[in-house]
Amino acid sequence: MSFSDLTFFLIVALTIGSALYVVTSQRLVYSAMALFFTLLGLAGLYVFLMADFIAGTQVIIYVGGILVLLVFGIMLTHRISDIRLSHTSMQRGVGGVVVLLIFVGLYRMITSAPWYLEAAPAPESTVKIIGTLLMIDYLLPFEVASVLLLAALIGAAMLSRKSES
Amino acid sequence: MNDLNTYLTIGAILFSLGLYGVITRRNGVAVLMGVELILNSANVNFIAFARFGGMNLSGHIFALFVIIMAAAEAAVALAIIINLYNKFGTLNVDDARILKQ
Repeated sequence: MSFSDLTFFLIVALTIGSALYVVTSQRLVYSAMALFFTLLGLAGLYVFLMADFIAGTQVIIYVGGILVLLVFGIMLTHRISDIRLSHTSMQRGVGGVVVLLIFVGLYRMITSAPWYLEAAPAPESTVKIIGTLLMIDYLLPFEVASVLLLAALIGAAMLSRKSES
Repeated sequence: MNDLNTYLTIGAILFSLGLYGVITRRNGVAVLMGVELILNSANVNFIAFARFGGMNLSGHIFALFVIIMAAAEAAVALAIIINLYNKFGTLNVDDARILKQ
């Protein structure tokens, strides 16, 4: 087993193990910390898939933005003195069985489907090509995304302010 | 080992775990964490198809747009959750059954 394989296994174990902890832990802050490791592990997987720009974006936006936002959400909606910050789960057995069935179905589909395989040529850096694609082929979705972000910004500010009445 | 099926399986595992979180959790923030896991599993699939399935760099663009959507969704969802907490004093999503009061 080469060093690369070992690193890959470690990253996959980190990702899936901490994802399991995210959905089973009874303490909300621990879940948020486990989500941090899941997102970092996913960035590592993207590096293995030669997606350097996406890996960087993942770290900056998910870990630096969305996760901080989630922790803000936890802190604003719980009393700090409430140490446990517990959150109950319901119907674990039924949910587990349903999810396991869905996973088995997905796995059978993955292993039996005749996927079209064509290994992409490994580029030196994907940043330049992604920039060109965004400005030429995907210009309209790119602009619509900026409008979407503006709408989300205004909507979130509007929703979370205190009402005057 | 480093092939398409491995990554698709990782994506399926992450999707199942995220779905389990969405089904069983009762706290709004925890449900949101499950949704983030599901979005990330979709991203893994997009990048895996970009690398092995002939989707090339279009897959990376799709993943970028998913990340943008996730950022917008997290901001609005947390605003709604904080509103929920101020109005009902709880985060249990089962207790929020009325749209207006």
